[in-house]
Parts: sequence; structure tokens; C-alpha cells
Amino acid sequence: MTDRLQADCISPAGKGACFVMDYFLTEEQQMIKELAARIADEKIAPVAIRYDEEGRFPRDIVKVLADSDLCGVYIPEEYGGLGGGVFEMALVVEELSRACGGIALAFAGTGLGTYPIMLFGNDEQKQKYLPDIAAGRKLAAFGLTEADAGSDAAGIRTTAVRDGDEYVLNGTKQWITNGEEADVFTIIACTDRNKGARGFSAFIVEKGTPGFSFGKKENKMGIRASCTSELIFENCRIPKENLLAREGMGFIVAMKTLDRTRPGVAAQALGIAQGAFDEALKYSKQRVQFGQPISSFQAVQHMLADMAIQLEAARALVYQTCRYIDSGAKDFSKESAMCKVFASDMAMKVTTDAVQILGGYGYMKEYPVEKRMRDAKITQIYEGTNQIQRNVIALELIKGLSKK
Amino acid sequence: MNIVVCVKQVPGTTEVKMNKETNTIIREGVESIINPFDMHAVEESLRIKERLGGKVTVLSMGIPSVAELLKTTIGLGVDDAVLLSDRAFAGADTLATSYALSMGIRKIGNVDLVICGKQATDGDTAQVGPSLAEKLGWPHTTYVRKIEEINEKFIRCQRMTDDGYEVIEMPLPAVITVVKEINEPRLPSLKNMMRAKKAVVNVWTADDIGADKNLCGLKGSPTQVVQTFVPVHEVRSEMIEGNAEEQARKLADKLLSMQFPAGRR
Repeated sequence: MTDRLQADCISPAGKGACFVMDYFLTEEQQMIKELAARIADEKIAPVAIRYDEEGRFPRDIVKVLADSDLCGVYIPEEYGGLGGGVFEMALVVEELSRACGGIALAFAGTGLGTYPIMLFGNDEQKQKYLPDIAAGRKLAAFGLTEADAGSDAAGIRTTAVRDGDEYVLNGTKQWITNGEEADVFTIIACTDRNKGARGFSAFIVEKGTPGFSFGKKENKMGIRASCTSELIFENCRIPKENLLAREGMGFIVAMKTLDRTRPGVAAQALGIAQGAFDEALKYSKQRVQFGQPISSFQAVQHMLADMAIQLEAARALVYQTCRYIDSGAKDFSKESAMCKVFASDMAMKVTTDAVQILGGYGYMKEYPVEKRMRDAKITQIYEGTNQIQRNVIALELIKGLSKK
Repeated sequence: MNIVVCVKQVPGTTEVKMNKETNTIIREGVESIINPFDMHAVEESLRIKERLGGKVTVLSMGIPSVAELLKTTIGLGVDDAVLLSDRAFAGADTLATSYALSMGIRKIGNVDLVICGKQATDGDTAQVGPSLAEKLGWPHTTYVRKIEEINEKFIRCQRMTDDGYEVIEMPLPAVITVVKEINEPRLPSLKNMMRAKKAVVNVWTADDIGADKNLCGLKGSPTQVVQTFVPVHEVRSEMIEGNAEEQARKLADKLLSMQFPAGRR
């Protein structure tokens, strides 16, 4: 029964794209988008509800992404990738999220763990880690958050102490996306307690390093096919070569990375919302009440129109921000935060409205919109809550004023 | 290992509509795809190539626009595409088609294995594979569901039958036709899609492959289509009234009174 209902509700292959504005993608970007859309429709959509329910990590989908060369779209060609940028990454995340925002996170979370190496790694570090990630042989994760260090990232307690040719890590990271499924971790730890945020450093830690283990695997409201775990470091010794940039650069590594990956969260929100909208639109034409399809009622029409307006506005902002970043812009914290806030708030609203249009059915797990509403919520929270994003935006605005 | 995969363009739907006036298929507005069984043939060729190395060439006969469709197989990892396209090939039945394909394969040269889908979803004849093998003078196995072993000298495969399978070993070169159970076709990869964009499909005419035009197209097709018609689907039903026992008795009487043909009683 569930399978049949699910099959009925799957959007047809890439058809969502037919009433989407032309954003003048390059031929290569169009190809990337279409291939990701095919994977979403043919491989992810049929398993999305089941993986969500079972909280199952999508190893099989990672394999499909790897075989399709999508894992390396944002990684430079010299390290085995396709040489794209944030935009290419976002296009993949958006399309995959249309089918499942949780499954898409295996890809997006790896991007978050990989950017620190791409941005701050030396050639040896890049040679060692990027080709495997580009080929989809290895997944990555980013370890910043701790129990007492969320919005206040400066509250990090994990320490790294230099001991000869090694650093010794101690502490616990919390809510780490890809967690125990990842192979390569970028970890932010404190190397000098007296220097505050300037006392943090970034390290590459490989799975299997003695003293590095996994704690609790979280049972989440949404993005349940994504793995979220605790990382535990107990006298974990890593070679000093695994330090990224220099000691004291950790906070900058984290911030510069997040500036580039927030459009990824925005793209995830965009995809989740588009998926929910497609279902709601289709359903509104099928559902008959008072002797006619509910799409003939103005109350429903206006909801659909508002959803479409918000989606397109968010997409325009996300795409433009990606292009701005990829153009070589230097400072784009504000723009990156703006697109994340706008797209995630939009996704929460659009997915909630999609549930409303499906009514009682929308509330049921057999129908694929309640999941999207659950999945959308996290995009307002992680990689910087929307409240923190607004702080960033306001601070930049005020800073800009005082420069004049 | 040099492998040629024969593919056919078919309408991308199972609900083929006929023009009742002309008795031809309505092709307008119907997207064209590669025959789904042929996609399994392409997949199997790529798997063999991944194990043994070599080259995979797709071969088709059709109108010039089929070239674009052949490029999609390059996106999957196929090395080369050849399209036989010539007015002389028009109107070919399965015999003329297999003749033209065999000449194309001879021109490609040094071919070890030819793989076809078991049949096309439009014509449904399943004749071209075996007929092609005859034209080439090579052994063939139809309905292959698994290749157990393959090397430069021979192929051993499982041929699906109604109640199980047969294991058949043939020397190479040979022809096989495959069923969909043999594998799950892959999705394209970005690097191959980019290669496909730039790829040039070789288009060969009847003269290019040295074909005798009397054996090609309509001229070379002994098949005579006398008449085609769209079957009329008529469902006549009769409701049997009464309680369960009465209904069963009435149904049994009805069945007994029916005149079944001998041997089907």
C-alpha cells in the first residue's frame, strides 16, 4: 500500500524543471542539474520514505553519485574533480533534495568537511584527501559544534596539544553530519585557551585513528536518512602534518568554510520546498471536494501562487549568490547568510502550506509532504541558526556604513 | 575484446496509437528512445569491457536523427557509435535489416561479440539478432540472462527458457541477444556525458558498407504486409443475480453450455 501511494506521488523525471525560470546555466551546469535530477527521480524518490522511516544511511545512493562523477563537481580538476564551484555543488544538492533532503546530505555534508581542505590545505593534504572524496570513495564531515558551543562557536572545549611531531586531541563533538559514516574529518579544536577565538586550530582526522571513536547516533525529527553522531577524542594522536593552515587559524577556517557552504543549505531548502510544492500542485488537481478539483478554489490557488513566488525568489537569490561567490568575490558572509535565511524560512513556509493543501492526507506518513516539513525545519537551524545569520547580516550592514 | 551492440530507435511509450486511415503508427508528439532491451545489451557490453578491456561500438540503422540518440550511449561509456543511414535502407523488414547490420559489422571489422536486445518493443519480432548471426555465419544464443564466462576464445551463457535455463557455450565471434534480467542499466556519468557532447557519430551509407541495394530496404524485404488493423476491444459482460449458491449454479450451467474448441475443454 505504502509503495503504491508513494509511487503515485513521485514527481515525474525532471518535470519540475519545465515551469522553472531559465537561469542561463552553462551547458555543463545544465548537464549536472539534469543528471542529479535523474538520480533523484529514479534512484532516491523510490526509497526516500523508507530510508527516512528506518533512519538508514544511503550507501547505495552514494555509490550511484560516485559512478556518475557527481561527488567531485566542486573539487578542482587537478585533484580528480570537475573543477566547478559552489554553484555546481548547490545544483546537485537542490536536485537531490527535491527527492530527499536527508539523502542529499551525504553529499552536502561531505562538501562541508571538504571545503576546509580545499581552502586551507597545502598541496600534500589536498593530494592525500581530495581525489578519494572526488571519486566518492570517501565521505567527509566537519566537526565544530559541541554541547556548549553552538551559536557561540567560541565556547569550544575540545583541545589539541602539541607533543613532538603530534597533536593530542581530547574532547567531544556533537551533532556531526555524516558522523560515523564519514572517513575524513575536519575538526576545530582549541590550541591556546588564552587567545579565545584566535586560539582555535583546524585539523584533519581520519576514521580509525586510535583514540577517535563515535558516541551517540542521534534520533532526529527530520533528515533521518542522514547520520548525525557524536565524535569522541580521548588522547587521540594525529601527525602534526594534519594541521590545516597555521595554529590559531581554526576560527577563520570554520567561518570561511561556512560562508561557502551556506548556499548549500539554501539549495537543500530550495529542493525540499520544490519537492513539496510539486506534490501539492499535483494533488490539488486530483483531489475532488464539493464536486470539483480543489485547484479550482481560489483559496488553494492563492496558496499555490504564493508558494511558487517564494520558491522562485529564493532560487534567484541562491543562484545569484553562488555566482557571486564563484566569480572570485572576497567577502560574501552577508550574501551567503541572506540566501540561507531566505531559502530556509521559505522552505519551512512552503512545506507547511503543502501539508495544509493535502489536508489530513498531508499529515499522514503515507503521503510525502509531512516528511518534507520535518526535513525543512533543520535548514533554519544548522550551519548557523537563522537568528545568528541575521546577526551576521546586520553586523556587515553596520560595518559597511561606518566604512563610508 | 571488440564488442558491437545493435540498438534500435523505438517510440518511448507502450501505448502506441495508430492512424486508422493509413494504418501507420502516429509518431508525432511521441518521444523516441532506445529500445529498452537494447539498453541491457549496452550495459552488458560495458561490464565485459570493464573486466576484459577492449572497445564497445553501438550500431544502428535509421534516420539521421537517431545519431543524437546514439550519443546518449556514449554518455554511458560506449566508445564509438555508427549509424547506417541511407534512403536505400528505408522500408526494411527484419531480413533486410539484419543484412545491412551484418555489412556494417563487417566494415567495423575484428568484432568478437555482437550483443542485441532480445526484441524491440515496437515490432516485437525478436528476429534480427538470430538473422544477423546467420548473415555473419556466426553462432548465436538468444534470451541470455547471464554470462557465466567469457574470454578471447569462447563465451558460456545462460539462456532463459520458460521453465529454467540452458547453459550454452559458443566459440567467438558470436551473437547473443539479452533479456532484461541480465543486469540493471547504469546512469550516465558526467565525464562520459561531456565526451558524448563532443562525439561525432559515424554515418555510413549503403555504398560505404558495400551493401547490395537489392538486398536492402523495401527491395530486399520479402515480408509483405497484406493488412494491418487496430483490434477492436469489446467487453461484453453479464451480471449473474441471486445468492452465492444460485450464482454458482447459473455460472456452471453457462460454462457447460458454451462451445469450446476441441482440445481446450
